[in-house]
Amino acid sequence: MKILVTMKRVTDYERKVKIAPDGSHLITEGMNFVANPFDEIAVEEALRLTKAHGGEVVVFSAGPKDAAQQIRQGLAMGADRGIHLLTDKELDSDAVARLLAKVVDQEKPDLVILGKQATDDDANQAGQLLAGYLGWAQGTFASKHEGLEGPEEKAQKPGLAIEGGKVHVVREVDGGLETIALDMPAVVTTDLRLNHPRFTTLPNIMKAKKKKLDEVTAESLGVDLSPKVKMLRFSEPPARTAGQIVDSVDTLIHKLKNERKVIA
Amino acid sequence: MSEAFHGTDLYQVDGLLSEDERMVRDSVSRWVDERWLPIVRDHYRAGTFPIALSTELGEMGLLGSNLTGYGCPGLSGSTYGLAMMELERGDSGLRSFASVQGSLCMFPIWRYGSEALKEKFLPKMAKGELIGCFGLTEPDHGSDPGGMITKAVKDGSDYVLSGEKLWITNGSVADLAIVWAKVGSNEATSIRGFVVEKGMKGFSAYNVEGKFSLRASVTSGLVFDEVRVPATHLLEGTGGLGSPLSCLNQARYGIAWGAVGAAIACFTCALDYVKERTQFGKPLASFQLVQAKLAEMYTEIVKAQLLSVQLGRLKDAGKVTPVQVSMAKRNNVHMALEVARTCREMLGANGIADEYPVFRHMANLESVYTYEGTHDIHTLILGKHLTGISAFE
Repeated sequence: MKILVTMKRVTDYERKVKIAPDGSHLITEGMNFVANPFDEIAVEEALRLTKAHGGEVVVFSAGPKDAAQQIRQGLAMGADRGIHLLTDKELDSDAVARLLAKVVDQEKPDLVILGKQATDDDANQAGQLLAGYLGWAQGTFASKHEGLEGPEEKAQKPGLAIEGGKVHVVREVDGGLETIALDMPAVVTTDLRLNHPRFTTLPNIMKAKKKKLDEVTAESLGVDLSPKVKMLRFSEPPARTAGQIVDSVDTLIHKLKNERKVIA
Repeated sequence: MSEAFHGTDLYQVDGLLSEDERMVRDSVSRWVDERWLPIVRDHYRAGTFPIALSTELGEMGLLGSNLTGYGCPGLSGSTYGLAMMELERGDSGLRSFASVQGSLCMFPIWRYGSEALKEKFLPKMAKGELIGCFGLTEPDHGSDPGGMITKAVKDGSDYVLSGEKLWITNGSVADLAIVWAKVGSNEATSIRGFVVEKGMKGFSAYNVEGKFSLRASVTSGLVFDEVRVPATHLLEGTGGLGSPLSCLNQARYGIAWGAVGAAIACFTCALDYVKERTQFGKPLASFQLVQAKLAEMYTEIVKAQLLSVQLGRLKDAGKVTPVQVSMAKRNNVHMALEVARTCREMLGANGIADEYPVFRHMANLESVYTYEGTHDIHTLILGKHLTGISAFE
């Protein structure tokens, strides 16, 4: 089995992003970059599946030269090789999906696993668009049965399982979980509770340096990266104003009714 | 430069590191955050080291990381240093565990031992399945190890060891001990190293109780009552005080880096604290005396980071000297201890409680200041280097 996974280079979610004074873009200089945490979950799941069924895990990332670091991280986790689409352009989800569709044409994976969204733009579109372009089944927000807390239980019933030529996906939906069976090949996107990504060990980090990492360009794949989504403006969320302590429930209701007008 | 320190990397020290150096640093950082920090307080209170983590440390590649072959990862000196920094951000006891195993026990076997000893011990030690301890210091001989009285007398195909060692990290939990003893009359040139295994008749260990420092670490005394050690367990390449000192030089290198981690843990805690805590209607961070302390500590930490990075580069180029290691150990541990004390003060009464990591680090650093060559001994090593005159011989 061959599984293609994505590993997006994103700004560190634990740091505060800075916005250019004119609001036109984010300031990335001096910013710390990490792998999209949902993508790390995707890599982890792919490694568990190939451990059970055999096969190869290929890590893909589109981004500047430094994005190779996030691919290496996937390789250090245990993936077999990497494909780096080199570009300094800002990519929207549609461009990424069209790039991935071309990579899928070349690589012919049985499964593509992506993070459900990237923690920088939170678009949550690339996986769905990719399934659309490929005409493949999709299982989004792959997750785990709530209540399967212990390590043994989790090992028994994974959120993603391959049985009888189909991939079974437990997915988070409004109000609960549903299990679906997809014909393969298929596209799966991962939610937060699917697994806990492994630690990358020091020996594996060293081994990852020797693994194959191919660089490709949008031109060589014949994909036009022009965005369909235009970023108009960035702004900070409004600063929170100080709260008030009220002396009684009546005052609270009065204020909610008359000052805030949030209740009738 | 620590993972938890990115937000204040004013001097872009991170930019001095390679991609895999950062990856190792970040990976160890995550391990410490998820596996160590949630349990350290309980172990510190109980005075125990979570020995079950030993194999996990091995799996991560944190034991004997910079050695090559025999199942060791073969990391560069700089990468190893960054790993030690992150471990000590967790606790000096955790870093000590890795230092003792890798630098003080695996290193002498790797460097001075026979092929048979290497193959017997190193792979299992790298996995954390066998734990080592290092017996050099004696109750009456600390800074002056050449004065040791532990003896090894050749008898047939064995050596018979007699003596006592004290302040031995991991002593009572170790499966083997690297023991230094004199094979001749009393001269330091006759010091040789031996691998003594747990269970050898006459070898026993006891714990040092009542410690205020390094509580999440086992500290022991070792007793050798005419222990017969086969001559095959002699570290054949050893001879004279230079052999154990070469091990200490490896460990001190890791300590120089590690101390930076302890300082960063205290500093980030205090920085968060003074921004949150209000007195006189405004955050502590708005007071000039508080800002002066922060500026002073931060500058010292960055200087220590730069010293460590350059020390690592020298080590990887094969150019490092013991005097350079002494300078970094001396400076960085002293710096860390001062930072910890200042942070303790800034946290006020909260600074003495173990809800915060500061007092724990401060107490630990008192040991780190003293072990592996005291601050004063390193001062004299620098003094000798500068003047050509030894003040301690």
